[in-house]
Amino acid sequence: MTKDPSAEKTVAIHWLRACFILGLPHEIRGGSVFVGRSTLPMNADLDSQTTRSPHVNAHDLRNRIVRNMLESRCLDERLILSQQYGLGHFWTGGPGEEAFNSCLGALLNPGRGPDFDFLLPHYRSSAIALMAGERSIDFIRQMLGRETDPYSQGRNFANHFCNADRNLGPVSSPVNSQFAFGLGTARAQLNSRGITVVVGGDASTHQGDFASLLIWSTRPGNNLPILIVITNNGIGISTTYESQHARPSIVDRAEAFGIRTATVDGLSVDDSYSTLEHAFEYVRTERKPFFVEARVSRLFGHASSSGAHREADAEDPLDRESPPVEWRAEIEERLCREVEQVLAEPPVEGSSAELFVWGNPRRWPPSLKRSA
Amino acid sequence: MATIAQAIRLALRYAEQELGVRNIFGQDVGPPLGGAFTITQGLDSAWNSPLDERGIVGTAAGLAMMGETCVCEIQFGDYIFNTVDLLRLIGNTCWATRGQFPMPMVLMAPVGAGRHGGIYHSHSIESILSHLPGWKIVMPSNSRDAYGLMVTAILDGNPVAYLIPKALALSPAQALEGEPVNLKERINAPVKGRENWRPDWPEIPAFSVPIGKLDRRREGDRLTVVSYGRMIGIVESAIEQISESRVDGHIDLLDLRTLVPYDMDGLTASVRKTGALLVVNEDSEQTNFGEHLIRVVSEATSPRTAVLLGARHLPGVGLSQSLEDHTVPTVDRVAKALDHMLPGTD
Repeated sequence: MTKDPSAEKTVAIHWLRACFILGLPHEIRGGSVFVGRSTLPMNADLDSQTTRSPHVNAHDLRNRIVRNMLESRCLDERLILSQQYGLGHFWTGGPGEEAFNSCLGALLNPGRGPDFDFLLPHYRSSAIALMAGERSIDFIRQMLGRETDPYSQGRNFANHFCNADRNLGPVSSPVNSQFAFGLGTARAQLNSRGITVVVGGDASTHQGDFASLLIWSTRPGNNLPILIVITNNGIGISTTYESQHARPSIVDRAEAFGIRTATVDGLSVDDSYSTLEHAFEYVRTERKPFFVEARVSRLFGHASSSGAHREADAEDPLDRESPPVEWRAEIEERLCREVEQVLAEPPVEGSSAELFVWGNPRRWPPSLKRSA
Repeated sequence: MATIAQAIRLALRYAEQELGVRNIFGQDVGPPLGGAFTITQGLDSAWNSPLDERGIVGTAAGLAMMGETCVCEIQFGDYIFNTVDLLRLIGNTCWATRGQFPMPMVLMAPVGAGRHGGIYHSHSIESILSHLPGWKIVMPSNSRDAYGLMVTAILDGNPVAYLIPKALALSPAQALEGEPVNLKERINAPVKGRENWRPDWPEIPAFSVPIGKLDRRREGDRLTVVSYGRMIGIVESAIEQISESRVDGHIDLLDLRTLVPYDMDGLTASVRKTGALLVVNEDSEQTNFGEHLIRVVSEATSPRTAVLLGARHLPGVGLSQSLEDHTVPTVDRVAKALDHMLPGTD
């Protein structure tokens, strides 16, 4: 009997989709479909596919934070799988930073305009966004390049989120530009209640915009309300911190500008929250910069380009919290359904690349004469 | 007659009074200097930034992300190169965020040669900027356009590079409607004793000049000449060198005014009429923005000839007069090109 190559290919694609939807690790995709789901409850009380978890088991702040950590982790694991199954193109994200980032997101005051906090994140900041109200399904849409991707309509990498209605500024792959942009968002907030929060990694401080940030935010008589956050995971892609930094800590550089600083164990919810709470309060009231260096882990490498494999030596912040197993089951089940929904949504059309090149003009003053 | 610098200053005054512009900034933009070319003297919103082009551009971008239109200045176009990746990000931010973050901002930069600026005060940067999608680029050649284009750039809602032909900035160029005869005394800061000086702003009826529309400076049927900025005056002087009978009614001189988005309808209508195109600018001739204009217009109109006259592709514009004349188009070189391209001279 002759084999039909196209039929084989179709079967293979369906098989890959099924493995991805069910969240099977790439290494076992040749095994039973049900191996990966045997521990999941099949009738969990789930949220709607299109709304993020309201933290059904969370009755206090700590539970919200820990559950957000878990949701962020599960989401990144699913995004990594999508790349491994060839359904998504590239992954980079922040597993290992969830404790610190979830605390930061909990303290953020999201909304539109200068009276709300403005976040300029980097691509490891998704736990902040989830805590601030973003939805996991939208991260999946971006990863899979769907028309429905609200962040970039299929234009940008995974975890490059933004939401103007929440003052969540765009993530740019060239790191350190957020430090320069934060100078402007903070200036716009000089006479407002909001503050700017800029987040970067330790390697991004090698670049010049980090120096600009320290200089501009501390000009005499012109201090800017900026919370400067560096999540230090000790490595920039493949280059170790120790090989590039003469000083053991980045806060030294901020202190040289008279900026208040704190170094925090970013794997600890308690330490992270209390430090950030103080830092937020200081910037809000003093309208001056504050610098926080958080020591965090990098659990899955820099990006999918280096395999996104679990790094055995890196400490996992979730190990300190031991969230209830049913939380993971609920989140996984919801992500499973969200993935299924997103896969059914249309991929982005090539012609949509022509959209949004220009923004709309401002309101034209009625009295202004138009000349030919 | 208002200089280009004064015209921009008056437009910025209107912008801070009526258009909500609260931040006009850059190196030396605030008092006491008010800009290397005096453009921002006396403005309430003008302030001095650190000498840091990336900080200047980044601040403008952040204000734009917050929805606040500002006007920033890079003191000379030559100093913009260390900001190119930020400019690229600014240009793609509206697109990359699905329209969530349009970037309303104006970036001013004096450009071009003609003032013996030497290697680092003579660059033209429009060709490089034209490779950054999402930016609009304008360059006035006279005071009236300088005023109107600035007003429109501020209202445009997108990042606009406003290029100032530095050699023209301080020369009286064109009277604005309602301009007082003593404009200089009223709005130019004195050289000495400016600590307590305040400008006496005249009432100038505000007006705009549309982005994307060229201005026909001279009408003719045999040769289309497209130029902008300082080169408009050079072309006009070159035309005067040629006998009137050869040029009268034969040269369609178009001041592009907006480089991106350029006035394709205006360009093609002219070249269809004349069948010949000469583009004159002072940017380096290799991968010059004018080459793009020639390609798109040629594809649309199939002219019998199309020529670019730009600056020689050299590492810089030398300081000495002889080096500058050798490098950028001069009146004589333009006149020679015109003479060659006008029919009947082959």
